Amino acid sequence: MVIKFGIKDLNIWFGSTQALKHVSMEVLPNEILSVIGPSNSGKTTFLRMLNRLNDLNPGFRMSGEVIFEKENVKKIDVELLRRKIGMVFALPLPLPLSIFENVAYGVRMHGLANKKRIAEKVEDALKQGYLWDEVKDRMSESAFKLSGGQQQRLCIARTLAVEPDVILFDEPCSGLDPISTAKVEDAMVKLKEKYTIVLVTNNVKQAARVGDRTAFFLSGELIELDKTEKIFTVPQDKRTDGYIRGKFG
Amino acid sequence: MKKNSHRTQKIAFFFLFLATLLIVVPVGLIVVMIIQKGLPAINWQFLSDVPRQGMRAGGIFPAIIGTIYLVTGAIIFALPIGLLAAIYLSEYSKDSMLNRLIKLAIVNLAGVPSVVYGLFGLALFVIFFKFGASILSGSLTLGIMILPIIITTSREALESVPQSFREVSLSLGVSKWQTIRHIVLPNAIPGILTGTILGLGRAAGETAPILFTVAAFYLPQLPGSIFDQAMALPYHLYVISTQVPNVDEKIRYGTAFVLLALVLFMNLVAIIIRYKFRKKKKW
Repeated sequence: MVIKFGIKDLNIWFGSTQALKHVSMEVLPNEILSVIGPSNSGKTTFLRMLNRLNDLNPGFRMSGEVIFEKENVKKIDVELLRRKIGMVFALPLPLPLSIFENVAYGVRMHGLANKKRIAEKVEDALKQGYLWDEVKDRMSESAFKLSGGQQQRLCIARTLAVEPDVILFDEPCSGLDPISTAKVEDAMVKLKEKYTIVLVTNNVKQAARVGDRTAFFLSGELIELDKTEKIFTVPQDKRTDGYIRGKFG
Repeated sequence: MKKNSHRTQKIAFFFLFLATLLIVVPVGLIVVMIIQKGLPAINWQFLSDVPRQGMRAGGIFPAIIGTIYLVTGAIIFALPIGLLAAIYLSEYSKDSMLNRLIKLAIVNLAGVPSVVYGLFGLALFVIFFKFGASILSGSLTLGIMILPIIITTSREALESVPQSFREVSLSLGVSKWQTIRHIVLPNAIPGILTGTILGLGRAAGETAPILFTVAAFYLPQLPGSIFDQAMALPYHLYVISTQVPNVDEKIRYGTAFVLLALVLFMNLVAIIIRYKFRKKKKW
């Protein structure tokens, strides 16, 4: 089994604040790895390291290694890396384009010009994102006319359209109602057959519902990483126990 | 106590309202006066004929055309350069000491008196580059004068496009330039046009920068190339108001009216374009 991500002694600073401290862990193929922890525990920083989105932040420095499929992420062309590692953000962030153009945007920019092929890819991605039936008759409308949950599934479809290997979810349901959340979670569980998923979530129950393994971060440190059942039944560290019982954070 | 604060509030409102009124009144007076005194002069001959009888009769057609050429030239020169500089400053440059200095320089450039630009244009374009007093020299001088306006407003427009759009685009493996070209720029166009409108109005109305670089005192034919001198409305207005005796008041106010109308018309075109783009804005 090829490990998707190998992280070795990763430290990250933004200016003088250290956001991650000596994190070493692995992400396995076709799993949903949930990352939980209170605010400012470094979860999102960890996620944005995987597709090198942290590079955009001023004052970003790092030490240690992040290996994606045997290659250091720093050595991979960053655009190629991000094509392989898609991301869904905390808030639904449609681009100011039509529904169709949102999904088509990535493949268009990557050079696909054949209209029929683009339309096929858009349809395929929307079906995988469980949105096709709801939007197939209104593809040229503004993406901002969709509801929050639909927008988030549109963002998932947009990510899927460029055919990544890995999908990073950054608290994807934080702005959604329970029904929309359930739909997004359903989509995630089905997606793991084809993709590796890393899910950062503030919702401990969500981690318990969908995660194969769960990692608990606290103040920039990885406290514990294990099978989800174990984390939620017999955590090894009492801080993990405290967090999942809702005692702090 | 309560009554007291109520009264303070009333007094404050009164002064705020007074200040606002003081802004509106002169604008209204200028517009009313110019329309009242200038409108009777406007007829087809005034707009389409060359000045006659030592500028005491005839029309102002060469000055209208000259101003249109100068403003167009200034925008052709300043908009691309200003926009590219703004893109560099807002999207590519890191927050270093040098860049802060550049930004400060641009802001200060906007405060340089226009006559200084005129002198600069004379030294650089007219004399050093040997363009002579010509539409080219005048347009370049006006262009440099409005560059800071275009850069500053374009930069603000680019920076007002949400960072999240850039992150989404980049996260799909789209290159930085494609992101700027397809996501950032289209959403910044209304703001960039605002800057262009401001620049346009300024370029059309300034006298000092064209004084030494292009403006002809009296030139009854139209310019044939960009190396020709030209008449221009603001300078023509200055000439017939102070340099030529016994010019009918009607002609002076008519010229001012045309200048005002021209700037207004150019602004209107830009505002309509901006409105079209704003309507497309979807967030």
